[in-house]
Amino acid sequence: MIVSVASGKGGTGKTSVAVNMALSVGNVQFLDCDVEEPNAHLFLNPKINQTQGVTVSVPIVNEKLCDHCEECADFCQYHALFAGSDKVLVFPDLCHSCGGCALVCPKEAISEDQHKIGTLKLGSTDDLELAYGELEVGEPMAVPLIREVKKHIGNAKNVILDSPPGTSCPVIQTVKGSDFCILVTEPTPFGLHDLKIMIQVLESMRIPFGVVINRAGIGDNRVYKYCEEKDIPILLEIPYERRIAELYSRGIPFSQEMPEWKTKFQALFTTVRKLVNK
Amino acid sequence: MRQLTILSGKGGTGKTTITASFAVLARNAVVADCDVDAPDLHMLLHPRTIKTQEFKGSKLAIIDETKCIKCDQCREKCKFNAITENLQIDPVSCEGCGVCCFVCPANAIMLTERVSGQAYISETKYGFMAHALLNPGESNSGKLVTLVRQNAKMLAEKEHADLVIIDGSPGIGCPVIASVTGVDAGLIVTEPTMSGIHDLERVLSLLGHFDVRPFVCINMHDINDENTKKIVDFCGENGIEVVGKIPFNPIVTEAMVNEKPIVEYASESEIAKKIIEMWERTISALKCGSQ
Repeated sequence: MIVSVASGKGGTGKTSVAVNMALSVGNVQFLDCDVEEPNAHLFLNPKINQTQGVTVSVPIVNEKLCDHCEECADFCQYHALFAGSDKVLVFPDLCHSCGGCALVCPKEAISEDQHKIGTLKLGSTDDLELAYGELEVGEPMAVPLIREVKKHIGNAKNVILDSPPGTSCPVIQTVKGSDFCILVTEPTPFGLHDLKIMIQVLESMRIPFGVVINRAGIGDNRVYKYCEEKDIPILLEIPYERRIAELYSRGIPFSQEMPEWKTKFQALFTTVRKLVNK
Repeated sequence: MRQLTILSGKGGTGKTTITASFAVLARNAVVADCDVDAPDLHMLLHPRTIKTQEFKGSKLAIIDETKCIKCDQCREKCKFNAITENLQIDPVSCEGCGVCCFVCPANAIMLTERVSGQAYISETKYGFMAHALLNPGESNSGKLVTLVRQNAKMLAEKEHADLVIIDGSPGIGCPVIASVTGVDAGLIVTEPTMSGIHDLERVLSLLGHFDVRPFVCINMHDINDENTKKIVDFCGENGIEVVGKIPFNPIVTEAMVNEKPIVEYASESEIAKKIIEMWERTISALKCGSQ
């Protein structure tokens, strides 16, 4: 079963829920798909077994063959090529690696070069496997790196995916193919607003979902009302407690220190499994 | 005119709370919400929209089934796996590159403009605001951020504003890059947690990469004094100015529930005073007249 943890709004507790659930359930493969700001490893302290660079294909123009017909630049939807009168300039940061420029070039002057966008790390703890990506600072495109992280999804285990915040392409790339998505929110207007956007995304992708309310007790009850009206299951509530916040700040998953939570996260996973199999 | 981006790396550290307060405190500024896929600033500033623009950020391939000869060429050449086995375009995966149109021997595929969101020019009681909403699940948020920034700049020039305050999104990828390029300074709102520190370091290198001057605000600094000290020491060693330390206080959430900027909702509170001090420090470091 593949379960993703997403939120819309940032900082609602995605990583906290994903990590605590992973540690409570066992036999887990954990993929941190927040490649811009990966944090799960800070809580899991894995031994890193493998580190590899991740590249994307970008065009390289052989000026000896190029006759400056400009077809490549005209074709490119992303403006990643600029055809000057005596040289073609390539902007790797804008390139989506579609390969179109090489296809349209009548002189076969364009071939593929590799451009590094980040690093993939594979690690493990006693009973957990971890894969995550780290986007190079200054590189805009997270999606190809997320795609690379997700290639390591195995069959045998409980797979948990930690999503980046937001509702756009990196999130879509993460939750795509999940059997279920846990949406972590907080009972505030911001939490609810962004939750609603994320629900539209999941509904259009036909991914079943449920809600975890973190920092319960702060804010108001509008998120509860919304879930009730829309018949969305509230899978778990985590109260706002200073102890939980302090443990989080030190990088300690709170279920490790507060064993009653281990049972609650196991129950959360069981509920998700039931909803998936329904 | 100066431009200041509020950013964080890690989400939920308080960017929008700080931006809304700055919008109240600034006398002559334009505000831009550049968190276009989860924008929240409007809930505190209550803008009245003057103008709406359609945002066409990308294209989508469409197959004309009457012309399609089922040769499979498009599916084979698509690098995004956006064409299914029964030759349907998956709009979620399609990046609008046009390779399928080029390889189709039957001329059955066309690229169409896709409306990916809306951009707004609005007025609030604190001044003008540029913002946007990306349609759920759309890509190209970086381009929409650029459009919001252009709108904000245009408004600032028209109104002779001396500052543009930009609310950024979490992360360090495309929308964040689009919200920091060419600005005068970035105010990073962090929190004294392991994740906050880790993400702060990455955002600092991002600002370094684009040659943007960093300021740091430690929000909820009293959650972990030891980590706060680490951040202060780290900034000291690297010559980065910590412009504010804001304590944890549930009144911040209360202000949000009441949909008001904290400096307005609780103007006499300790927290409002700290934000005002931070605003004054930031603005004087920026040498901008918007005090």
